[in-house]
Amino acid sequence: MKRYIPPQIPRLALAFAIVISLFLVLRHLLIPDTFGKYGPYRAASMDDYSTIEIHYAGQQACFECHQDIEDLKALDVHSGIHCETCHGPGQKHSTSAEAADILKPTGREFCGNCHMMNAARQKDAVLQVDLTKHNIGKNCTECHNPHQPWEMKK
Amino acid sequence: MSQSASTMGNEKIGSSRRKFLKSAVTLAGATIGYTWLKSSQILIFAAEPKDETLPWYGIAIDIEKCIGCGSCAKACKNENDVPKEPFFFRNWVEQYTVKNDGTVDIVSPNGGIDGFVQRVPDEDIFKSFFLPKMCNHCAKSPCEQVCPVGATFLSPEGVVLVDEKYCIGCRYCVQACPYGCRFIHPVKKVANKCTLCYHRLKKNLAPACMEVCPTGARMYGNLRDKQGPLVKFLKEHTTQVLRPNLNTGAKLYYNALSSEAR
Amino acid sequence: MEPQYQNLYDILANSQGYIFPNEIDLQWGILIVVYPFITGLVAGAFILASLERVFKVKILKPTYQIALLTALSFLLVATMPLISHLSQPQRAYEIMITPHSSSAMAIFGFVYLWYLAVVLLLEIWFDYRHSMVVWSNEKKGVMKWVYKILTLGVSDISPQALKWDRKLGYIITVVGIPSAFILHGYVGFIFGSIKANPWWSTPLMPIIFLFSAMVSGISLVLLVYMIISYFRKKTIDLNVLDAIGKYLFFVLILDFTLEALDQIHRIYVAEESFEIIKLLVSGKLYLTLFISQGLVGTLIPLITLAFLQFYKHKIKVRKTMYFIVGILVLIGVYSMRWNVVIGGQLFSKSFSGFTSFKLGLIGLDGTLMAAFWLILPIGILTFLLWLLPPWKMVDEEE
Ligand code: HEC
Ligand code: HEC
Ligand code: HEC
Ligand code: HEC
Repeated sequence: MKRYIPPQIPRLALAFAIVISLFLVLRHLLIPDTFGKYGPYRAASMDDYSTIEIHYAGQQACFECHQDIEDLKALDVHSGIHCETCHGPGQKHSTSAEAADILKPTGREFCGNCHMMNAARQKDAVLQVDLTKHNIGKNCTECHNPHQPWEMKK
Repeated sequence: MSQSASTMGNEKIGSSRRKFLKSAVTLAGATIGYTWLKSSQILIFAAEPKDETLPWYGIAIDIEKCIGCGSCAKACKNENDVPKEPFFFRNWVEQYTVKNDGTVDIVSPNGGIDGFVQRVPDEDIFKSFFLPKMCNHCAKSPCEQVCPVGATFLSPEGVVLVDEKYCIGCRYCVQACPYGCRFIHPVKKVANKCTLCYHRLKKNLAPACMEVCPTGARMYGNLRDKQGPLVKFLKEHTTQVLRPNLNTGAKLYYNALSSEAR
Repeated sequence: MEPQYQNLYDILANSQGYIFPNEIDLQWGILIVVYPFITGLVAGAFILASLERVFKVKILKPTYQIALLTALSFLLVATMPLISHLSQPQRAYEIMITPHSSSAMAIFGFVYLWYLAVVLLLEIWFDYRHSMVVWSNEKKGVMKWVYKILTLGVSDISPQALKWDRKLGYIITVVGIPSAFILHGYVGFIFGSIKANPWWSTPLMPIIFLFSAMVSGISLVLLVYMIISYFRKKTIDLNVLDAIGKYLFFVLILDFTLEALDQIHRIYVAEESFEIIKLLVSGKLYLTLFISQGLVGTLIPLITLAFLQFYKHKIKVRKTMYFIVGILVLIGVYSMRWNVVIGGQLFSKSFSGFTSFKLGLIGLDGTLMAAFWLILPIGILTFLLWLLPPWKMVDEEE
């Protein structure tokens, strides 16, 4: 006698087989090419990052055209500060050489960001002045040259 | 009744039809078998053996040198097109003020971009310090662990990156980061975080925050290079990571970190 | 200032202490509250159904199919709050094709499908196949074909085949119980495994979720049973209510104990995060935790149920009390989900401040959307009850 196979089982097995195979085929089609090359991620996404444009050109780029300021700055305490720390992103300006593409910081607050009295600021890291006392009413750059702070303008 | 009817139907299938069915089944089976083989290596992936020739990046921040100017936070936003609103930061600076009565006052107005104004009068202060924050690029990063689709990953150079074309925006990684370093980019609608300026690293440029730091309080480097400046710095200073208890394998080392720091 | 950020500026103005700047934008809103609530209902309803089947609790027979269909209709919707809260919902399929093996969330797709296809659908199919075959023979037109397709063309109703229906259905139920445990314990694990968040990170979380799931599922079935009987103008069987009520009582006690244990442990070990959690619980969560979840959702139902164990007089009063208990418990469990999901995001991971949560009405993450996902299953249930009416099933003696 033939063994009895309940009719539900082959039918359900078929249904599940169809669904699972469909899933596998879809999965095959949908997985991105470079997925899993180095690990469980899309390796190509690292290349996506290389295409992002930079905004900060780096100090060396500025020196190409602003040799004078490089020399000025090198002589004094601000020598460790890169141009773009004060002037903002300069990649665009470096290629265009337009004044409009770069910031020219002004104001007491600007210098104050680094020089204002603050208990958290280490005294030996940066000298601080009390903005409410130190030569009030005047812009810092009227006396200090930003590129060479101790070379006072008279 | 119905049972016999269906068996009868089976018998009627002609031999040509059966042949066709057979070949169709083999074909489908082969395709499925192949797809399965090809994709299973992703299902059960083995961590790629580390490529020793690549750098393994780490970061060091010297709190003693930080003057809290916020240049790093500002430059980060400019460099990486992060919205200027004060809710999205890849990089920010906090000021901790421990008062004489033991309470700790922490502030980070606009991430420190606009500078800090001392809130507590000198005579009440026990100590005060700045604490620059950014992604720790953890080697056992909790955010990478929880990403359900592999859109966040630890690159072979040890940089935690987000695949912006693959992220589904479930925000699980934001929840998992103990340092609060992740956010959902309000325009791109995907997770966003510090990439150690991966695009700059590839061009041999320093990350924007390191480029603009006026005091050299931040440095990055290759932890594999035992003669390199970063390893030298770690050797010469007593450094600590944030939340060491969570065992995240953080690779951002702070010099002179106070116990109040979170 | 762009309007899209206005909300965030308001929250910033309302934050207390220090929070990391990225934390102002609260990530998981009401939809993620609804999601574990719904899966909880599914798991709970299913476990109640399994009780009847596996442990042969004859008295629960009238609720068996109701519980299964309730579970199914909520399960069909369970993924929707999740998908609709994604910011890239069109990429949701990735979680199925490239699940990240270390992610607690990645396996959800598979746990879900397993539970849906292998457990619930199969169990219902085996249970209804006989009736569907009969119905497809009785009905005319479209409905005939609908039932025929639903049987997958297996029209054999010989006693032998029916015996196998029962046998296989039983196996599925047995497999189903651990599956239901896994489904919801797993949802708890999604939260419990986040070590960055001390409010979530506890190994008890999956178990707490599981028991609160059972509590909510059992109450839901209780309510659905009463409402269906009302609409069908049938008298409610008090024995059924008493039986369900008894289970509810015991599970509620367990649930309460577990949650109390969790909190006591938290208080006693008083880790680094304790101060902030103390503030959270006594401040922002006071209403939803102590009043809504603790008092309304747990203590009052517990006392009422205990009372109902020996108060056996006025039938009408008892029915009303059961009904109210059912609703209160649901409110309590919903609050529990709220306290976990929203509560866990209210305090900063710096442990020194709070953000606040502003629940919007409209929008993808608003109240209306959440309400929609809660009401939709009820619609589906109505449809399923019409399509597969348990009371018109072909009787078969076991
Ligand atoms: C290709 C050459 C070139 C490079 C590279 C360059 N600059 Fe300039 N820069 C110029 C010229 C030319 C001007 C004068 C433009 C004018 O006055 O219209 C100028 C002007 C400026 C000014 C004054 C703008 C003003 O409003 O008066 C600043 C500040 C400046 N540069 C900063 C920088 C910085 C910082 C960098 C490095 C990122 C840089 N430059 C790189 C050519 C260059
Ligand atoms: C400490 C901040 C700081 C740094 C660092 C700095 N600058 Fe400036 N720079 C200023 C300020 C402030 C002004 C505006 C001076 C004024 O208004 O008189 C300025 C003005 C200029 C100008 C306009 C010409 C002028 O003298 O008025 C140029 C060009 C310039 N900077 C280039 C550079 C370059 C190139 C570097 C890098 C080598 C650099 N700066 C670094 C703060 C800085
Ligand atoms: C990005 C931060 C920054 C800004 C902006 C900045 N400085 Fe400085 N400044 C420094 C640092 C850092 C030093 C100390 C450098 C050192 O000691 O090596 C310094 C040193 C000085 C000193 C000398 C103090 C000493 O140690 O002898 C003066 C004066 C000074 N700055 C003036 C200015 C003025 C004026 C401006 C505004 C135009 C300005 N700085 C803007 C960071 C800044
Ligand atoms: C009227 C000219 C003048 C102006 C304007 C001025 N300074 Fe000075 N600054 C001086 C002189 C002179 C000294 C050195 C003597 C002293 O310590 O007062 C000095 C010293 C400093 C020092 C070193 C302090 C120390 O302890 O040695 C810093 C830092 C400084 N200035 C920053 C600033 C900043 C920032 C501004 C703008 C808010 C500013 N200065 C505006 C003239 C000026």
